[in-house]
Amino acid sequence: MAVARTELRPELSAKEPVALKLLVAGGFGAGKTTLVGAVSEIRPLRTEESLSEAGRPVDSTVGVEGKRTTTVAMDFGRITLRENLVLYLFGTPGQDRFWFLWDELAQGALGAVVLADTRRLADCFAAVDYFEQRGIPFAVAVNCFEGAELHDPQHVREALDIDSGVPVVLCDARERDSAKNVLISVVEHAAKVAAGRRTV
Amino acid sequence: MSAESSGNSDPSESERWYDDAAGPVVRPYAMTRGRTSHGADTKIDLIALVIAERAPGDGDPLDDHTLSPEHLDIIERCQYQAISVAELAADLDLPVGVVRVLVGDLVEGAHVRLHKPVPPAELPDVSILREVINGLRAL
Repeated sequence: MAVARTELRPELSAKEPVALKLLVAGGFGAGKTTLVGAVSEIRPLRTEESLSEAGRPVDSTVGVEGKRTTTVAMDFGRITLRENLVLYLFGTPGQDRFWFLWDELAQGALGAVVLADTRRLADCFAAVDYFEQRGIPFAVAVNCFEGAELHDPQHVREALDIDSGVPVVLCDARERDSAKNVLISVVEHAAKVAAGRRTV
Repeated sequence: MSAESSGNSDPSESERWYDDAAGPVVRPYAMTRGRTSHGADTKIDLIALVIAERAPGDGDPLDDHTLSPEHLDIIERCQYQAISVAELAADLDLPVGVVRVLVGDLVEGAHVRLHKPVPPAELPDVSILREVINGLRAL
């Protein structure tokens, strides 16, 4: 971390408000809502999207009038770390047809959690692919559901074929401490990735 | 770029909204007079922070008759502390798209200003990440 000391930017002093976001992705029923709720005050956030707008460039300001829109609700949590430093958590919509919402969510994201359910590991492939392709630092959190066989994180890593640098942690999404640790491993990983980019 | 004209060009079009799960009886975009996007250059980020330009009591936004009750709700919520667009939407139970248009109006009217999030290319600032990690540990 010593290398990064010189990178301190004075304009981001304690007085400037800083908002950061982490994404929580994973298949349907993998525990996204539970995880967000375990560490933060959780509320639903409604967005309205035009399904036909999906392929347009992000800078398009053309309205969506006359096109079919759909309402999508996602989980939204807030963690106040200190005055003017807030971490927002966004649960990505589970259905694949809302992938275009991810793009907006992912823009400027600090990192992401991919929640995996070992009984349906394939459900999180899409999320892993997405974050890998966009270079967004992520950690895989294996939600240890009761009744599910406990897996060695190494096996999960092999099954998902992910980079050795990507953290794979076991968690219980219902437990606050466990959920906290998942977030910490993502942020630590993001810090490592950032340090690597700076020294290159 | 005129958001006004694009939104109001055909009122019957704005009523073509099929999704049953959408909920409220009042069409959300009625609050924006049918506009679904703002004339402003780029889409306002979900975690952009909205900050009131004036301190409470210093100049009454109620004097501005172009403002709707929803506009005033937004001003009220960002008077004491910066609040993100996402949070405003969740607080006011409005879709994010509607809040974007309303915040765009308020920026235009100099009622609020936007504090844009740290651009992705500059993320993550290591000193801030340290703080985030320590803050999470202390939760």
